[in-house]
Amino acid sequence: MDREQENREGLNMDSSKTKLYSQDPWWVRWLLIGVTISFLTFLLLLPLIVIFQEALAKGIAFYIRSLSDRNAWSAVKMTLLTAGVAVPLNLVFGVAAAWATTKYQFRGKSILITIIDLPFAISPIVAGLMLVLVFGSQGWWGEWLSDRGIQVIFGVPGVILATVFVTFPFVARELIPLMQEQGSDEEWAAISLGANGWQTFWKVTLPNIKWALLYGVLLCNARAMGEFGAVSIVSSNIRGRTNTLPLQIDALYSEYQSAAAFALASVLAGLGVLTLIGKTILERRMKST
Amino acid sequence: MSVEIKNISKSFGSFTALKDVNLRIETGELISLLGPSGSGKTTLLRIIAGMDIPDSNPGSQILFFDEDVVSMPVGKRHVGFVFQHYALFKHMTVFDNIAFGLRVRPRDKRPSKKEIQDRVRELLRLIQLEGFGDRFPTQLSGGQRQRVALARALAIEPRVLLLDEPFGALDAKVRQSLRQWLRRLHDELNTTTVLVTHDQEEALEVSDRVVVMNQAKIEQVGSPEQVFHNPTSEFVIDFLGNVNVFRGRVQDGKATWGAAREERGEESRGADASDSAKIYVRPHELAVDRNKLSDESIAARVQRINLAGAQAKVILSTAQYEEIRVDLPMERFQHLRLVPGDAVFVQPTNTRIFVPDYSI
Repeated sequence: MDREQENREGLNMDSSKTKLYSQDPWWVRWLLIGVTISFLTFLLLLPLIVIFQEALAKGIAFYIRSLSDRNAWSAVKMTLLTAGVAVPLNLVFGVAAAWATTKYQFRGKSILITIIDLPFAISPIVAGLMLVLVFGSQGWWGEWLSDRGIQVIFGVPGVILATVFVTFPFVARELIPLMQEQGSDEEWAAISLGANGWQTFWKVTLPNIKWALLYGVLLCNARAMGEFGAVSIVSSNIRGRTNTLPLQIDALYSEYQSAAAFALASVLAGLGVLTLIGKTILERRMKST
Repeated sequence: MSVEIKNISKSFGSFTALKDVNLRIETGELISLLGPSGSGKTTLLRIIAGMDIPDSNPGSQILFFDEDVVSMPVGKRHVGFVFQHYALFKHMTVFDNIAFGLRVRPRDKRPSKKEIQDRVRELLRLIQLEGFGDRFPTQLSGGQRQRVALARALAIEPRVLLLDEPFGALDAKVRQSLRQWLRRLHDELNTTTVLVTHDQEEALEVSDRVVVMNQAKIEQVGSPEQVFHNPTSEFVIDFLGNVNVFRGRVQDGKATWGAAREERGEESRGADASDSAKIYVRPHELAVDRNKLSDESIAARVQRINLAGAQAKVILSTAQYEEIRVDLPMERFQHLRLVPGDAVFVQPTNTRIFVPDYSI
C-alpha cells in the first residue's frame, strides 16, 4: 500500500511537491545523499570545528587574552563601524532600487537591474582597485580630495566605501523578485483610499516586504563583516587603525600567531553561525506569510 | 455622480489601448465596460480612477460632474476602486482594512475612534460579515474577501465606484450570487458604478447600460436588451453569446440564405459582391423540423445533442460539413424525438445581416 502511494506521488507531475526519489533505485538515493553529507562534513563542518579547536589550543586564558588585545578590539570596533554604516546605507539603497524597478516603468530598467548585480559578478579585488583608481592619490578625484585633507584610500572612508560597494546587491536582490510578484495593486488601493506616499510605504509596502528586507539585511551584514578582498586593497593594513576583523586575522596568521588568529576567526565563525540561524528563522517566516 | 469622458486616447509605447473614446456615465447608473482582453476596458477604468494618465491631446477631458479631473491625483478624486485580486492589506484585520481610508485622513478631517468604529460596523453589516472584523484576509473565502474589498472602498463614501473584474477570480456559483448582491447593493446605496468585465452574461444581467469595447474603441453603448437584440456591428453580435454565421445574399433588402447556400458556385462566376452578406443567426432563432417547410429551409443532419441545460443544444451539420448550433425548447425537442444521424430541415426565425464593405 505504501508503495502504491509512493508511485502515485511519483506520477503526479503537476504537483510542485512531486518527489522523484520513488523513481530512483535505492543505491542512487544513498549515493547522492552520502556524497552530499561527506562533502559538507569534510569541507564545511570539520574546518569549522578545527577553527574553534585551534582557537582554544593554548587554553582558555590565552583565548580570552587574544580577544581582549588592544589591536583585536580595534579591529572589532572597525568592523562594527563598517557594517554599521554600510548596512543602513544599503538598506535605503536596496529599498529605493527595488521600489524604482518594480513600481515604475522606465527605459533601461532591465539594464539597471543587471547593473545592481555587478558586485556579485566581479572579484572584490577588482572592486578595491577601482576605488583606488577613483579616490587614490593618483586617481581621478585624488588631488581634489587631498587638497581638502580628506584621505579615502588607506583610511576609514575607503574601507566603508569598499564594503558598501561589495554588499549593495543583497537587499535589492531579495526585494525585487518579491515586489515584482506582489505587484502594485495594494499600493494603488491605499492611494485611492486617500493615503499619501509616506503612509502607503509605511502602512502597506513595508509590512509586505519586512521579512524579505530583514533577510537581505542579515545577508548584507554577514558579508559586510566578513569582506576581505576589496577591503584589503584600500586599507592601510595598519593595525589598530583601519584593520577590520578579517584583515587582523590575516595579519596575525601571516606572523605565525596562529592561535591568536584562530581566536579572532572563531568570533567571525560564530557570527556566521548566528547568521545561518537567523536566516533559517526568517525563511520560515517568509514562507508562512 | 456623472462622469464624462471626452476624446480620451492612451497608448503604451507602440500599443494603442484607447483611441479617441467618448462616453457619458449618468448619475446613479450601473454601467458595464464589456470586451475581450486587450480591448481597453481596464485602461479606461484606470484612467477614470487616475491610475493611468491619458495621452495629452487637446480637447481630451475627464469630467466628474462638470469638474475636469485629468490632472487631479488619484487620492483627491474620491473613487472607490475594487481590484480583481482583492488587493486587501494582508497584515491587517478585516476591520483595519475597512477603516484604512478613514484613518489615513489628515488629523483635522479624521473621524473620531467611535465614529470609525460605527462606520466599519455598519459596513460589515452591509456586506453580511458581522463578527468577521477580527479575521485576517487569508482566513476568508474569495467571495468574502471581495466583499471586504468593496466595503473598504465604500468606507470613504466614493463619488463613483469602479470595479475591475471584481468576480473574475471566483468560481461560477459564487460569481452568480455576488453579482445579484452587487446589483441590490448598488440600488440600495444609490451610487454610480462602473463595472469592467469580460463576461457577457454578467454584463447583461446586472447593468443598466453596457458599453461593448473592442480594439481600443467603443463598439456600441446601450441597454442590455438593445445590445443583445439590436447589435450594430458584427463584433457585438459575435461577442454577446453564441451565433451561427452564414454566407448569403441580399436581394431587395431581404436575405436569401438557403438559396445562396446551394448556389455557392455562382459567386465565383462573378456575382455582384455587394449582394453577398454575412447572416448571423442566434442558436435559439432557428426552427427545426423533419419536413421541408419553406424554400428557406436547408437540409442538415443531427450530429450531437446536449441535454444538460434548460434547452436542448443540438449541433447539426450540413451537406457542406458546416456546423449549425440550434437551441430548442425542451418540449419541442421531445416532440421531435431527435437522435444523432436524423435528417432534418432548419430555417431561421430571425436574422441579422451585415453587408461587408466594398473593400473585400
